[in-house]
Amino acid sequence: MDIYRELILDHYKHPRNFGHLENPDVTQEEGNVTCGDKISMEVQLSTVNSQLSIRDVRFSGEGCAISQASASMLTEKVIGMSIKNIMKLATEDILKMLGTSLAPSRIKCAMLSLEVLQKAIITYGR
Amino acid sequence: MFDPQKIKHDFPIFKRRINGKPIVYLDSTATSLKPRSVIDKENEYYTKYTANIFRGIYTLSEEATAEYEAVRVKVARFIGATNADEVVFTRNTTESINLVAASIGKTLEKGDEVVVSVMEHHSNFVPWQQRAQKKNVTFKVWDPREKLETIITRRTKVLALTAVSNVLGTINPVKKIVRIVKTINPQCIVVVDAAQAIPHMKVDVKEWGADCVAFSSHKMLGPTGVGVLWGKMELLENLSPYQYGGEMISEVYVEKTLFKKPPYKFEAGTPHIAGVIGLGAAIDYLKKLGMDNVRQHEMKIVAYALEQLKLVEGVTIYGPKERCGVIAFTMKGAHAHDIAQILNEDNICIRSGNHCAMPLHTHLGIPATARASFYIYTTKEDVDSLMNGLEKVKNKFL
Repeated sequence: MDIYRELILDHYKHPRNFGHLENPDVTQEEGNVTCGDKISMEVQLSTVNSQLSIRDVRFSGEGCAISQASASMLTEKVIGMSIKNIMKLATEDILKMLGTSLAPSRIKCAMLSLEVLQKAIITYGR
Repeated sequence: MFDPQKIKHDFPIFKRRINGKPIVYLDSTATSLKPRSVIDKENEYYTKYTANIFRGIYTLSEEATAEYEAVRVKVARFIGATNADEVVFTRNTTESINLVAASIGKTLEKGDEVVVSVMEHHSNFVPWQQRAQKKNVTFKVWDPREKLETIITRRTKVLALTAVSNVLGTINPVKKIVRIVKTINPQCIVVVDAAQAIPHMKVDVKEWGADCVAFSSHKMLGPTGVGVLWGKMELLENLSPYQYGGEMISEVYVEKTLFKKPPYKFEAGTPHIAGVIGLGAAIDYLKKLGMDNVRQHEMKIVAYALEQLKLVEGVTIYGPKERCGVIAFTMKGAHAHDIAQILNEDNICIRSGNHCAMPLHTHLGIPATARASFYIYTTKEDVDSLMNGLEKVKNKFL
């Protein structure tokens, strides 16, 4: 399977929701130091149908195509999603979203953005 | 005639095909491949004279002991040491350095200083940093572009120095550095990480003048799990044991224990007997090629690779022109991991990341590099494969 299929390269070269929010409710940054991947997420939350959900999100950072494309695709996926459902997302959801299989050494690249987002939600909860 | 194509035939792994394609191995800086003779020699211990060493009064044990000890002599000769008792077998370079750091660490006192170069592998950086912090002594990082006189003082207890950078390929003038250090402070112990030097060039530890030198078997065609610490006898005699247990003692009483002389006082427990014996075959193989020929071949390959890499659009190369067989580089628009991943589609094996040298990468201001490295079996065709692979990367990312 081609890891670098068109969709992933497109998200890497033209990341969606890349940048900053004016008034984020929470900002979180994490990195894979050994890889040099870094992702920062800024999140705005609101209550929709009595469920706390993501109203808007922006990301910034640098790193490999997998980490950056994964972050870009994730931001598209989670806008409007309840934080309850976001906290349920796991490795298989991210791989499904990317539409590819990855060697164990690359899975951590793919998972970085979700880890940052889930940490942001936990930080907000505190 | 030095013929890497012919040398490849001695390495069974080159028979392997992944997805029908051969292997282009450009990661010998991480570990070297193993020739048939080394694999057979290690196997010989397991099939012909399996026994613990120094213990049995029976033929098998005596054979195993003789084979093991013969390698100690072989190693000593290979690195220019006159006394084989100055050769200590460890697990790897990291353990060799930790052994020295643990022992010297105990003697550090307030006001002492420990110096490491900025291009150290984590294995010759972190052990010193940690000991210095624990003893609350000054820890200094030396950029080799600065004069040594500005950093080494009468209070410098240790200089940890790599002979060859595993990222930049820089060959440090160890002999000259040791001479300057000893002029400033004759008591300063110079600990040389030679993991990237011994496999690739003729080294004479006596000529270097350093106090101890560490290297690994697995980077010089030998088995994994075996390292060497060479140290001046005077230093080894003064170092306290690193681990305690069997084989390293001469007499044990309830109230005290007397230790053996070096090297045995540093070889507690049953060592990696098969691995050490395998290392002997690796040295035989390298000696047959001749270390000067090994170096000549690598110089040719690295010059060719540098020339070719410069032609690839968007590539930045790190390190000097005159170097060992290793090239770290970055490519515009493509992260090192993505480069390595795409090359892997054609079984081209390179390393990506910070190569256990994060302080150096921070110093260079880059999070990660891609690294191709060469050895005796690397051909021009391998380098060409790398260039073709990089074209593929470029087409995807630029």
